[in-house]
Amino acid sequence: MQADPTEMRLRELMLASLDGDAAAYRKLLADLGKHLRPYFTRRLTPAFASHAEDLVQETLLAIHTRRMTYDRNRPFTAWLHAIAHHKFVDHVRRQSIRLTVPLEDDAPILAHDDNTDAVARRDLDAVLDNVPTRTSDLIRRTKIDGASVAEAAAAHGMTETAAKVSIHRGLKALAARFAGGPK
Amino acid sequence: MTDDLIDRLAAHLKPVRYMAMQRQLIGALLLSGVLAIVAMLMLLGMRPDMQTAAVTMIYWTKFSYTLALALLGLAATLVLARPGGRTRWPWLAAVALVALLVVLAVIQLARADDMMPMIMGSSIIRSLTYIPILSLPVLLASMLALRRMAPTRPALAGFAAGIMAGSTGAWIYAFACTETGMMFLALWYTLAILIVGAVGAVFGRFFLRW
Repeated sequence: MQADPTEMRLRELMLASLDGDAAAYRKLLADLGKHLRPYFTRRLTPAFASHAEDLVQETLLAIHTRRMTYDRNRPFTAWLHAIAHHKFVDHVRRQSIRLTVPLEDDAPILAHDDNTDAVARRDLDAVLDNVPTRTSDLIRRTKIDGASVAEAAAAHGMTETAAKVSIHRGLKALAARFAGGPK
Repeated sequence: MTDDLIDRLAAHLKPVRYMAMQRQLIGALLLSGVLAIVAMLMLLGMRPDMQTAAVTMIYWTKFSYTLALALLGLAATLVLARPGGRTRWPWLAAVALVALLVVLAVIQLARADDMMPMIMGSSIIRSLTYIPILSLPVLLASMLALRRMAPTRPALAGFAAGIMAGSTGAWIYAFACTETGMMFLALWYTLAILIVGAVGAVFGRFFLRW
């Protein structure tokens, strides 16, 4: 079986860490932080993107305190994924946050470049800043995250009609401002 | 901030022994098992006819049925203590074991003149009380050990630990139990073990979250 280079490198660091090599451990945790940040950011709605850092820290802490549950003969990334996934699900449950990705999504943590996403998201954030926060969140939920109007309305405790009106007005205002067109 | 955390964690790194998780769980099981044996000797005492019972088929059936279930519970607990752990064969094996015992019990009943004592015995309440009591040390010890591990299915992990504890309690109780019916064993011992399993599942649901 041909293991991929990331798996081999991380596993080697983990094995050294389990033997008490603090330098390898520091390198491992720093590396994992870099992989975990986009992993969580991608799974949270933009409105909750700030929770990603908390989740990274919680996951690193869990990796530390529960490192004896890693089986030295098994893939490290699978173990890591199981912990990160658990932390994410637990976080969502506690916060009852709307998800951007279904829980069953088993996309790999590694090898994801979040740079392009970040650029697109920054533009989007800048545009949506021009309407009230609640309106922009409703637009995000319905137009970007793919939630139904009813779900988005429920999240804000609004009626469906009110949410529809709010989304419509928000989009109209944005169109007026950015499309340069008439009313 | 995350960098501070990494520094602190790296500063507190201690080596992990080979098979540390297995050692902790099995160690917890053995220590608490000894405690349960002492409790059995103090509360109930060995059955008085141990000498003659030790050569009977039913005694060894009790002995091996409960011991096998305890080992299957241990195997399941060890898998479920790891993140993402999934279990299948320990449960299938446990069901097969119960089915096998029921078959043996039916054969025994078919040969018996009077079925009822073989089924109802004379100590249902006693079994259903003492098996869970004698399971408590193992249940508590395995829960404490599991808390330091990473079960991503806490209720199922708790159930597995409960089956392990209940079967260990039943194995210990068998040294004090004078019932001779295999159907008694199949019904009431199994029920007592399942009760402890259910308690473990509820415990796990709330106590093993992380």
